[in-house]
Amino acid sequence: MTTEKAIVVKNLSRHFGDFKAVDDISFEVHRGEIFGFLGPNGAGKSTTIRMLNGLLLPTSGEGRVGGFDIIRENARIKNHIGYMSQRFSLYEDLTAEENLTFFGGVYGLDPARLTGRITEVLILVGLEDRRHDLTRTLPLGLKQRLALASAIIHEPSILFLDEATSGVDPISRRNFWDLIYAMAQEGRTILVTTHYMEEAEFCDRLVLIYQGRIIAQGTPSELKGEVKETILALYPGNLDGALDLIKKLPQVAEAAVFGDGLHIATTRPEETEPAIQETLTAHHIACGRIERVRPSLEDAFISLVQRAEGKEAVSYQQSAIS
Amino acid sequence: MWRRIRHIIIKEFIQVFRDKKLRFFLIVPPLVQLLTYGYVVNFDIKHVAVAVFDESRTLESRQLIDRFTSTDWFNVKYYVKSQKELLHLVDRGDITLALWIQWDFATRMRQGKSGRLQVIVDATDSNAALIVSRYAGTVIADYNQLQLDRQLARQGQEWAGQSGTPLDIEPRAWFNSNLISRHSMVPGVIAMVVLLVSLMLTALSVVREKEIGTLEQILVTPIRPIELMLGKTIPFVIISLLEVAMVTALGILWFEVPFRGSFLVLLLGTMAFLFNSVGLGLLISTVSSTQQQAMMAGNLFLTPAILLSGLIFPIANMPVFFQYLTYLNPLMYFIIVTQGVFLKGAGLVLLWPQITAMTVLGIGMLGLAVARFKVHIA
Repeated sequence: MTTEKAIVVKNLSRHFGDFKAVDDISFEVHRGEIFGFLGPNGAGKSTTIRMLNGLLLPTSGEGRVGGFDIIRENARIKNHIGYMSQRFSLYEDLTAEENLTFFGGVYGLDPARLTGRITEVLILVGLEDRRHDLTRTLPLGLKQRLALASAIIHEPSILFLDEATSGVDPISRRNFWDLIYAMAQEGRTILVTTHYMEEAEFCDRLVLIYQGRIIAQGTPSELKGEVKETILALYPGNLDGALDLIKKLPQVAEAAVFGDGLHIATTRPEETEPAIQETLTAHHIACGRIERVRPSLEDAFISLVQRAEGKEAVSYQQSAIS
Repeated sequence: MWRRIRHIIIKEFIQVFRDKKLRFFLIVPPLVQLLTYGYVVNFDIKHVAVAVFDESRTLESRQLIDRFTSTDWFNVKYYVKSQKELLHLVDRGDITLALWIQWDFATRMRQGKSGRLQVIVDATDSNAALIVSRYAGTVIADYNQLQLDRQLARQGQEWAGQSGTPLDIEPRAWFNSNLISRHSMVPGVIAMVVLLVSLMLTALSVVREKEIGTLEQILVTPIRPIELMLGKTIPFVIISLLEVAMVTALGILWFEVPFRGSFLVLLLGTMAFLFNSVGLGLLISTVSSTQQQAMMAGNLFLTPAILLSGLIFPIANMPVFFQYLTYLNPLMYFIIVTQGVFLKGAGLVLLWPQITAMTVLGIGMLGLAVARFKVHIA
């Protein structure tokens, strides 16, 4: 741990046959930072994490985690990292405490430290009153916290969270992020992957990853600043009908459902606004007021993906936004 | 190192003993195997149903029939009056053996010729047919001897009814003097149970962790492959030894199979065998990604291992190629060890070749598993 950089990745690639799961990516993560990997499923987020935590060897490129080389010092990295996957890999037939004892034991904690750590992490994640409950009986949100507790039982300085909030209700997810903030405050480095835009907003810095490549990186506001188009928001009477009509307009670069309204990206807002009103009125759809809004991270993501991929990205954005 | 391994072992034991299905799997199937092999597998043939068509109806023919009725092997159930009836009974499967004593049976004998007797055996089950015709042959040979003695006596010769054949065979079956199938089967069942339990538990416990993702969680810890493997196998070795104790105790107490050897030799043989089955279990776990696949792969090995062990079908009767194949079958050696320890009271002096063979095969198998395992999880 001699470097200021917790993670350094240079030209890292991983191919599976002809498929380039990760294609020549480079980035750096500072110590104590919450660093986000944002991208759709299959973009290469998990493959990257698996290379960084020693589960997978890269096809080419290099990387250092906590100052150790990911290829040659693979085994030494493992004492310094925690890993939590979207599957919340726990033993359902063991109690919360037994799970922690097992993982702590496998990390080689001595008995005295293990006992102390178990109580510490249970209190941290708010599970001390359920320590003797079978994991099977815990609700998903608590399983998630238990998985986090076992990933940090050995006090790692770097924590990898791979889609660690998938399938969990919004309140549990918010509580979980409070825990993550607290850990970053203690100086731990946290690398999270997510496809939730609102989670990406919580990150100090982000990379957008799409089809194995990094298409943009920066702070959330830097990424939003990348958007060249003006974003128009409107709340028409018939969302789906309006979306179909607006997409056909030549002035519109991109249109997508956003909450209970639509977000429209355009480089010519003065022409677009009347055009929208015209076509909706012609089809008897109430238009309502059209506002110019600051781009959200989601707008930025769609815009950047589109820029990287040309029109190909249009079909993607429909599935990315849900 | 041992601290990590100990934590895995403790975890495995908690899981095994907390799992109702697994507890069931550890106790019921071995008992079912022991009971079925102990009671059902029985090569001893007794009370074979016989029909007689006696055309001769003479003193001589009745004496022959008496020979059949007076042994335990046969049960003369039908006396029929036509060839048709006789064949009908064979067709229906009501009898296994049909005797047709021809009308001139006694006449020919009195003339000093051979009496004619037809013996029909239902060979639907070829093994049983073989044994039945051998028994029938023995009865008829006795009868021949008797007739020969009488003839000589009638001719008033100096032997005075003592003909004395050149060779008089009186077989003695050692180690299982009453030829009770069960006594050979129960030690064999012990071997099969050990194979089943250790192979399946090892393979399934690794594959289950793959399925639920905990294996990946373990692999991001600093644990070394060898520590993981030891942690994953030691619990099942211990459980397998407990199984041996359970089945052995039942064999001795319930089936009254004699145990003439030493428990230590049995333990040593079991340990040598476990290298093989646990190694194979690990190997299977590296090629299966679901528990179902692991079960299928396990069964793929279980049946040939049992068939090529010599427990049920004698190795000497197999085609030469398969006879050589049995040398690669650890179960073959292990059954010799269990039967030897139980029935012969054999010690290391006799059984060292088998134990050595199992150890060598086992180290090979375990080596292969370790190599695959390392590559697989790296």
